[in-house]
Amino acid sequence: MTAIRALNSANLNGGQKLAVKYFTVALALLGAQILFGMLAATQFVMPGFLYGVIDFSINRMVHINALVVWLLFGFIGAVYWMLEEEAGAPTVGLKLGNIIFYVFTATVLVVVAVYLLVQVGPGEMSTQWLITEGREYTEAPRWADIGIVVCVLAFFYNVAATFFKGKAAKGGISGIGGVLLLDLVALAGIYLLGMWYTTNVTLDQYWWWWVIHMWVEATWEVMVGCMMAYALMNVLGTSRKIVTTWLYLEVFMMLGSGILGIGHHYFWIGTPEYWLSIGGFFSALEPLPLVAMVVHAVYDSGVHKSRNNNHPAMGWLIAQAFGNFLGAGVWGFIHTLPQINLYTHGTQWSASHGHFAFYGAYATINIAFFYMATQKLRGDVWMSGNLFGNWKWKWAMVLLNLGMLGMIMGMLVAGFAQSQIERAIGGATWTAFFAAQEHPWFVQGMYWRLAFGWMFAAGYVLLVWDMLTIGKRETRAVQSHDDAALEAK
Amino acid sequence: MAANDNELWWASESFWKKTTIWTTVVMLFVLVGLTLDTVSQIQVGGKRVLAYSTINNRVDYKFDETLKRQVVVIGQEEPLFGKKLTEQEAEALVDHGKLTMHAKNCMDCHTILGNGAYYAPDLTKAWLDPFWGSRGVREDLMVAFIKDPSDKVHNSLGRRMPKLGVTDEEAHAVVAYLKWMSTIDTNGFPNNFKPIDQEN
Repeated sequence: MTAIRALNSANLNGGQKLAVKYFTVALALLGAQILFGMLAATQFVMPGFLYGVIDFSINRMVHINALVVWLLFGFIGAVYWMLEEEAGAPTVGLKLGNIIFYVFTATVLVVVAVYLLVQVGPGEMSTQWLITEGREYTEAPRWADIGIVVCVLAFFYNVAATFFKGKAAKGGISGIGGVLLLDLVALAGIYLLGMWYTTNVTLDQYWWWWVIHMWVEATWEVMVGCMMAYALMNVLGTSRKIVTTWLYLEVFMMLGSGILGIGHHYFWIGTPEYWLSIGGFFSALEPLPLVAMVVHAVYDSGVHKSRNNNHPAMGWLIAQAFGNFLGAGVWGFIHTLPQINLYTHGTQWSASHGHFAFYGAYATINIAFFYMATQKLRGDVWMSGNLFGNWKWKWAMVLLNLGMLGMIMGMLVAGFAQSQIERAIGGATWTAFFAAQEHPWFVQGMYWRLAFGWMFAAGYVLLVWDMLTIGKRETRAVQSHDDAALEAK
Repeated sequence: MAANDNELWWASESFWKKTTIWTTVVMLFVLVGLTLDTVSQIQVGGKRVLAYSTINNRVDYKFDETLKRQVVVIGQEEPLFGKKLTEQEAEALVDHGKLTMHAKNCMDCHTILGNGAYYAPDLTKAWLDPFWGSRGVREDLMVAFIKDPSDKVHNSLGRRMPKLGVTDEEAHAVVAYLKWMSTIDTNGFPNNFKPIDQEN
């Protein structure tokens, strides 16, 4: 047996130590997301399960809120992870950053506890402030909204101050840093638009989509672009010049299509008819940047003959490239034109797309960063061929990816049946809704989703085990990328 | 940053940086312009989002031969719960209904204007749903259902809405909110909907 390498935070810089805290909570929240997703999926096939105790609405709310928060924690962690290297200076205000981490985590725990224990309130503003705002994805009560804004502002201060400190020393801010800073301003600013109440439901949903769409289909995608650029440099050894140029190209296409792509949420909520054309056209373009991201990742990987210092991270980066393209791009495209969307909006198509997009675009890259962090925590070990305990990360990846694909297909088949039976034939009455829900094609889809959910959950358990053990018995140190030598060949 | 001699202009970092910045700025300008127009068009009392006091009238959803889709049709006076309300009274009632819908997390099972969760039916045209049988009993059935749906007929799946502690006052307000929501011009969503018969 070889020597055991401990997980040691002494191997990390200040920002990275804080990043690991965020990553740890993110991974735990992924577990919560899976748990409550499984409860909700069970209720689809066994409606009496936990009825009146934790109803579907509560499970679903915790499921999607855990999703948003774990992805955000992963992103914040990733920013702290790359901060000192990118900025060329130690993190400014690290102590504040640590305090904010605990405040943020405590806020999340209190919000979830209230969701589970109090669940609903009277139809008054006090419920909005203390229990739930009752709007999908942004259910967090107003007090927590304010807490989140304070936390994000403090986080922004850490990041911006560090970059500007590094700028003085280095004479500039890196391309990745510049994009990241502007993205964080947008990400925080957009959240404010979701923090008010109006009786006018159309106006309400109009601004609510600014938060949801501009996060998920604009600022988060830009964030992922930055993370991918950094990761390819570190894991694969791609040159900074190449990743930065690609980053600009990707952001150009993302925002060029995605900003007006918001129109695909404005087809049916009471907004003017011109959104049908604008939303249809620009969201049809939205897959293009995701194609570019696949080309970028796969091409770079090919240039380097897939030689990299961290196989699990590289595997998840490639999974991200394809997952983002298929899940966000193709699955979004198939029902984004208004002529199709009239029949698919608010059906299991949306659920299928939602799962594939969030997983493919965001879960995957966070997991890649978790592996980059684990590598460094073990003292920069070589996490490649012949890695001791190789099977764990590989099987975790297989189970998670197959589990997710199975769920996606189950929901898509159910969605086909639903849009046909409920929408096209039945005209979307309540009777038509249940005629679809009772149809064997739909019911089968829900069973498949549950079964593959178990596979996904098994993959998660293996992933956590792997995170705790990978590289433990590895003695070889990481090798530096020899870009010049490779390019000369 | 000037491109060096060997670099193609279209592959240079500086070119894509400028393209990105300008494209983003232009797109944001367009979005802000469209937003100003949309927000002015979706004010309550306009043509797309009708006044709250529309709940004093009959609402229907009929096929329009020119547009080839269904449109909202406001009919004769038919006050909700038999009581005609002023615009202010109607607004207060609808507002209370909407707050109740938020407070009970309705959107985490149902969809509202198609947005939300997919465990229970869409509520956009709940007021017009044939599920309520006839115009005469609809209001009372809706109030009773919202207050305690747990013992009411739902479907053959066994999927039931739980009792969420909705008070009598809140249930009336929710019905008002649902009636008002059914008057919004949703560009023909849902399509091919068969509304409740309100003639009798």
